[in-house]
Amino acid sequence: MARTSFLLAGLELKNRVLVASGTYGYGDDCIDMADPAKLGGLITKSLSLKPRVGNPPVRIVETAGGMLNSIGLANIGVHRFVKERLPFLRSVDTAVIANIAASTVEEYCEVLRILEGEDGIDGFEINVSCPNVMEGGLTFGTNCGAVADITRRLRPLTKKPLLVKLTPNVTHIAEFARAVEGEGGDAVSVINTLIGMAIDVRTRKPVLSTVTGGLSGPAIKPVALAKVYEVARSVRIPVLGIGGITTASDALEFLIAGASAVQIGTANFVDPAAGIKVAAGIERYCDENGIADVGSLVGSLDVGKGVSILDSWL
Amino acid sequence: MNDHSKMMIDLCPVEGVRTAGEGIFALSFSSAAISRSVRPGQFLNLRVEESRDPLLRRPFSAYRIDGNVIEVVFNVVGRGTAAMRGKKKGDLLDVMGPLGRPFDTVSLGYDSGILIGGGLGVAPLPLLTSSLKKEGKQVVTFLGARTSAVLVTEYLQDPHIATDDGTRGFHGTVVDLASATLRAHPLSRPRIFACGPTPMLRAVAAFARAEGIPCEVSLEGPMGCGIGICQGCPVETAGDEKRYALMCKDGPTFDIRTIKI
Repeated sequence: MARTSFLLAGLELKNRVLVASGTYGYGDDCIDMADPAKLGGLITKSLSLKPRVGNPPVRIVETAGGMLNSIGLANIGVHRFVKERLPFLRSVDTAVIANIAASTVEEYCEVLRILEGEDGIDGFEINVSCPNVMEGGLTFGTNCGAVADITRRLRPLTKKPLLVKLTPNVTHIAEFARAVEGEGGDAVSVINTLIGMAIDVRTRKPVLSTVTGGLSGPAIKPVALAKVYEVARSVRIPVLGIGGITTASDALEFLIAGASAVQIGTANFVDPAAGIKVAAGIERYCDENGIADVGSLVGSLDVGKGVSILDSWL
Repeated sequence: MNDHSKMMIDLCPVEGVRTAGEGIFALSFSSAAISRSVRPGQFLNLRVEESRDPLLRRPFSAYRIDGNVIEVVFNVVGRGTAAMRGKKKGDLLDVMGPLGRPFDTVSLGYDSGILIGGGLGVAPLPLLTSSLKKEGKQVVTFLGARTSAVLVTEYLQDPHIATDDGTRGFHGTVVDLASATLRAHPLSRPRIFACGPTPMLRAVAAFARAEGIPCEVSLEGPMGCGIGICQGCPVETAGDEKRYALMCKDGPTFDIRTIKI
């Protein structure tokens, strides 16, 4: 049996598969169909200081091999989360990472302070892909200085793992990862959704009410993999790979490219047990290939001896 | 969370695909577990292909239950439904369900159920009919469609028919037919259950409000996951404060007093 556990900045994960923010609710919606205790970790839906009702319909549309979403960070707010949902999460035997979304640096700090004082939260993931109201609605995540600033301000507020989830909608994502590392962030999640859109040609209207949205699912996997590869070569802190992973084989690609762990997102919408199946598949791959520790796969990409021919092409 | 029945994923052997109208098909598959627990108005989320494209599941009302066999009806409108039409007996279908809030058939205070369906909004009505009959309710059904060829009238109790083009029954909308009929022949303590396109449901809701008849509607629209985790199917709730319910988890059936329609 291969060793599957992983120490993420002092936090022990049972395995290297987590479920991504916004794709698993607050952990209790899927309990009939999947046991979250079999996951390496569960990242909550983004939490903001005040509840957010989210965007009007239409919020989602399927695209080739993926989907666009424009949910608008709908969530119950951190106070109701603590009162109503955290008790359940405390009862689940897996690492719980709270994802935080905010429109000002102060709001990020406030939400983190509230959660830091609560049992049951094992770490934080910062969603920097929200509009910054102080800077006229530009997203924090595309401004390297703002990402550094948020990390610097949050770092002293917690000793728990502090992850920053990076947007791919920038020219050089590695610079953002280096900024997080430089300010004491423990890990980066790579990548958030890609900006995309869809148009109804009958009406010439955008399908989504917000015109553009975030593209996710298998369609973005090659992009995500290349971003993980780029970031993993640029920083020493762990990279959590995310983007279109639906199978163990997908996840293995991310580990080999340099991700220390992976997050399952859109695949949960099709099968809430996708993450559990991916974790089991990684373990099986290691056992079949005589790999004693899943960790030995991380960054093991062999670029020196030419290109391997993929059977799946034939 | 759905309190009504435990949701599950079951790999269901396909029993067959039959024609139910012009361009309309009924797909049947067997699942002992799901068929036992599904209730009228609930839906099933079908994974039509094992591949990643189309990616998401497709939601369908439970149309018929016969022993372990569950049937859904559909038009071929895209890649997902085209794949469903091509299913063969013995194929395995990945089905999640039962999902969503069923029609509230057990609430007290009504003697007759008025069923109003438009187009494939007929889908939840056969199951609802048998459930209401079991509870000893009078059932009066109104069914409308664009034209007679696309009417699906099976398993309903003597439906009053309306077609937009007058090729069968009343020439006009199903809501016009229902309101004229019910005003001429009022029923004892009625309750309306309606399913169909949103403009039709709006007209049903307006009629129900005008007549003071309790009314539930079953909404349809794009859904991502079917279980509330993607937050992709908002329905604006009634009241001054802007809030959204989720079609998949809080619905698809809603009392018209609880939503903006």
